[in-house]
Amino acid sequence: MTGVIAQSVYKATPYRAEAEAFIGDLRREYDHANYWLQPDCLDMPTLWIDQQSLLPLLRFLKSSISRPFAMLYDLTAIDERLRINRGEGELKQPESEFTLVYQLLSVERDLFVRIKVALSESRLSAPSATELWANANWYEREVWDLFGIEFAGHPNLRRIMMPPTWQGHPLRKDHHARATEVDPFTLTPEKQQAEQEALLFKPEDWGMARASDSAEFMFLNLGPNHPSVHGVFRIALQLDGEEIVDAVPDIGYHHRGAEKMAERQAWHTYVPYTDRIDYLGGVMNNLPYVLALEQLAGIQVPARAQTIRVMMCELFRIASHLVFYGTFAQDVGQMSPVFYMFVDREKLFGIVEAITGGRMHPAWFRIGGVAQDLPQGWDRMIREFLDYMPARLREYEGMVIKNRLLQKRTRGIGVYNTEEALEWGITGPGLRATGLEWDLRKRRPYSGYDQFEFDIPTHDGGDCFDRCRVREEEIWQSLRIIRQCLDNMPSGPYKSDHPLTTPPRKGRTMQDIETLIQHFVNNSWGPVMPVGEVCVPIEATKGLNSYQIVSDGGTNAYRNRIRTPSFPHLQMIPLMSRGLLVGDLIAIIASIDFVMADVDR
Amino acid sequence: MTAPAWITLLNIFGVLIAAVLLAALLTWGERRLLGFWQDRPGPNRVGPFGLLQVVADMIKLFFKEDFVPRFADIPVFILAPTVVMATMLLGFVVIPVSPTIGVIDLNIGLLFILAMSSMAVYSVILGGYASNNKYALLGGLRAAAQTVSYEVFMGLSLMGVVMLAGSFNLREIVQAQESGWYILPQFIGFFVFFIAGIAESHRLPFDLPEAEHELTAGFHTEYSGMKFGMFFVGEYLSVILISALITTLFLGGWLGPWLPPVVWFALKTGLLVMLFVLLRAAIPRPRYDQLMQFGWKVMLPLSLLNLLATAGVLLWIG
Repeated sequence: MTGVIAQSVYKATPYRAEAEAFIGDLRREYDHANYWLQPDCLDMPTLWIDQQSLLPLLRFLKSSISRPFAMLYDLTAIDERLRINRGEGELKQPESEFTLVYQLLSVERDLFVRIKVALSESRLSAPSATELWANANWYEREVWDLFGIEFAGHPNLRRIMMPPTWQGHPLRKDHHARATEVDPFTLTPEKQQAEQEALLFKPEDWGMARASDSAEFMFLNLGPNHPSVHGVFRIALQLDGEEIVDAVPDIGYHHRGAEKMAERQAWHTYVPYTDRIDYLGGVMNNLPYVLALEQLAGIQVPARAQTIRVMMCELFRIASHLVFYGTFAQDVGQMSPVFYMFVDREKLFGIVEAITGGRMHPAWFRIGGVAQDLPQGWDRMIREFLDYMPARLREYEGMVIKNRLLQKRTRGIGVYNTEEALEWGITGPGLRATGLEWDLRKRRPYSGYDQFEFDIPTHDGGDCFDRCRVREEEIWQSLRIIRQCLDNMPSGPYKSDHPLTTPPRKGRTMQDIETLIQHFVNNSWGPVMPVGEVCVPIEATKGLNSYQIVSDGGTNAYRNRIRTPSFPHLQMIPLMSRGLLVGDLIAIIASIDFVMADVDR
Repeated sequence: MTAPAWITLLNIFGVLIAAVLLAALLTWGERRLLGFWQDRPGPNRVGPFGLLQVVADMIKLFFKEDFVPRFADIPVFILAPTVVMATMLLGFVVIPVSPTIGVIDLNIGLLFILAMSSMAVYSVILGGYASNNKYALLGGLRAAAQTVSYEVFMGLSLMGVVMLAGSFNLREIVQAQESGWYILPQFIGFFVFFIAGIAESHRLPFDLPEAEHELTAGFHTEYSGMKFGMFFVGEYLSVILISALITTLFLGGWLGPWLPPVVWFALKTGLLVMLFVLLRAAIPRPRYDQLMQFGWKVMLPLSLLNLLATAGVLLWIG
């Protein structure tokens, strides 16, 4: 990539040492050398393997290697058929029309690895990893739904995002992205009939029996419209009286195709879409996206921009946790706390509005920095909030956490341990409530989090109550971080000098015709990112969130995979709720803290 | 005691209309109070202080389509909401508002009220059953179980008062409190009855039959328009009735210095109603089985002990 656009170099991640240790261990401990290590992926070690050897390698990484990779962090695919730049010479990637991408996480190594499997269009099939990881179930269904790749041995390979009657696989490059690209939609009576028949509830399709030896079950359709499912989320319940025999979650009602949109939007214009992934997280959603692009382009973000980002993210973490806290109390029947907490959240939005101009979706981070500098008087607003909030939090503690009725409702309900959490891909507060002190902000600091002093709250009950307590204590830690941002806000630019910073700094555009052209091109077409593949996970409000970005050297993403925390969390609901009552299920749902936009994307 | 017919009629219509109007007003009052406690305005747009909100709501409910789901058991579906209205209004008949106000002076007044409030649960059960909806069914089941459990000690908790007063007649019970309100000697009875009363009127924290977070709207999921309105007003009627009954039995009814008896009665009842609303604002909902356990394992023994102690003391004094 030469020419007007800058020649960028990869910035190696600071996690080089962990990656090299892993590669050393792999060479030493794994008997086969049937993998290929892709040298130009510097964000995490990337192994290519053929599909016969996939399961043995995964099994080895999960259980045999020293300090194993206990979590299947993500599973997705790339339609490579239109890709131009797949490496030359030494970097040449194996021939592939569809590539499966597995991402594993080791909490002991603090390391992610990527495993890729090349598939040809004529034989789109791979062995299912469900026998290794329980949470592979939904991921494989998603890949099948959106790419049409089959998984041999999958127990229930049905559509998960799209309606059961959908034709085609939307994330394939030959599937249309907009309704205007196809014939106008018509609903004929036959089509309507077919659609309605597809909606009929047959418990057998959901893997549930109609009756046991002793009882005939009642099936209760909880959602997609129900006051306590926090959006459009459906759970089919198999009930014996009020006791839950089985619960089968059904998602996809909030699917907007955010990943498909990324393939049309310019790098810069996609930022507002990220805001709407976890719509309670605000600018926190921008962060993994811009961090990934910055790593791809080799942009050094100035210290002030980094600190502003951290401050805004923590403000949004508090806002999101307050919504959780209030609705959690509300879902176990306590009516008032949510109103008090929304008052506080309103104060937060006041600050966010003063700084960014937006409230829930400011879309305020930019590639290379943030949109504007902080306004005058920002420090006074933040200081007032920091002085105001602790008294409120103490009041809530007495109202909610110390409430004996609430404790009776939530203690020992929806329990899982650390091992199960890792197996199911649980991250964030849900993982820390099992006693594992693992927070990405500490383990793999990004955006300057290593400069801050804060603790990782943990509790070891793994139940609904502890998940609530962990989040409550995280609000305190966020206040601490914001206080440090306030006291130590660096001076300097709020945006990088790098040519790929979007939009570029004005002062650098009015010099001569060349810089003016670049400014114009960067603003109209958008910047051109160097070829490559990158993924930077962050500790978002609800768990680990990351954008796995494949750039083919164009003005938009070739593939943009959004890994959200809520998706695997919901998958665990059946395990958490079996044998409990309907009221407990509501407490469990409330304690997970998900938003459906984050699940379905 | 025979009063002229017009006084009797005035009493009948006065009490009943006042009860219904107050219940309707309470739909506004509760929202305002909750708003006050929850840092928000509540309905304050229609009329002075939003008072005409009641009228606006009424107009809305009356003009809504009177919808009956086609899968429902139609006669029962229509009957169910009327039961709660009717029984609750009948309950007011025996409440002695003041020495001169009160529809009827029944010598088994207390039993009559207990009977009426037991009848009211049919409304919930029938409504839940006739809707032919699973949420409604679960709500109805919960209501049945809850009522069976709480009815038992609801009655038992009042027997202490009956023993002290030596009568089932509500007027005589009030008069017997000239020397001191029964809330002091019968505090346990008061406590148990108050809790049972909340359960009886399906108010939070005992609103499990409707528990909107679990069962969407529970037994009245399928109801809309005025039929829903009747359930709604019925609930408020029962809140007022239970408060009035507590006033009568434990707080000396209309008794009090300086102010006229009606005012005393209204004040005490009003405060209790506010307490009901405050509870709703403050407390989470226990789980269904926890509620049952609490009833059978704590409340029932407590009311039995209270009964035993009261009887013992009375025998001792002679």
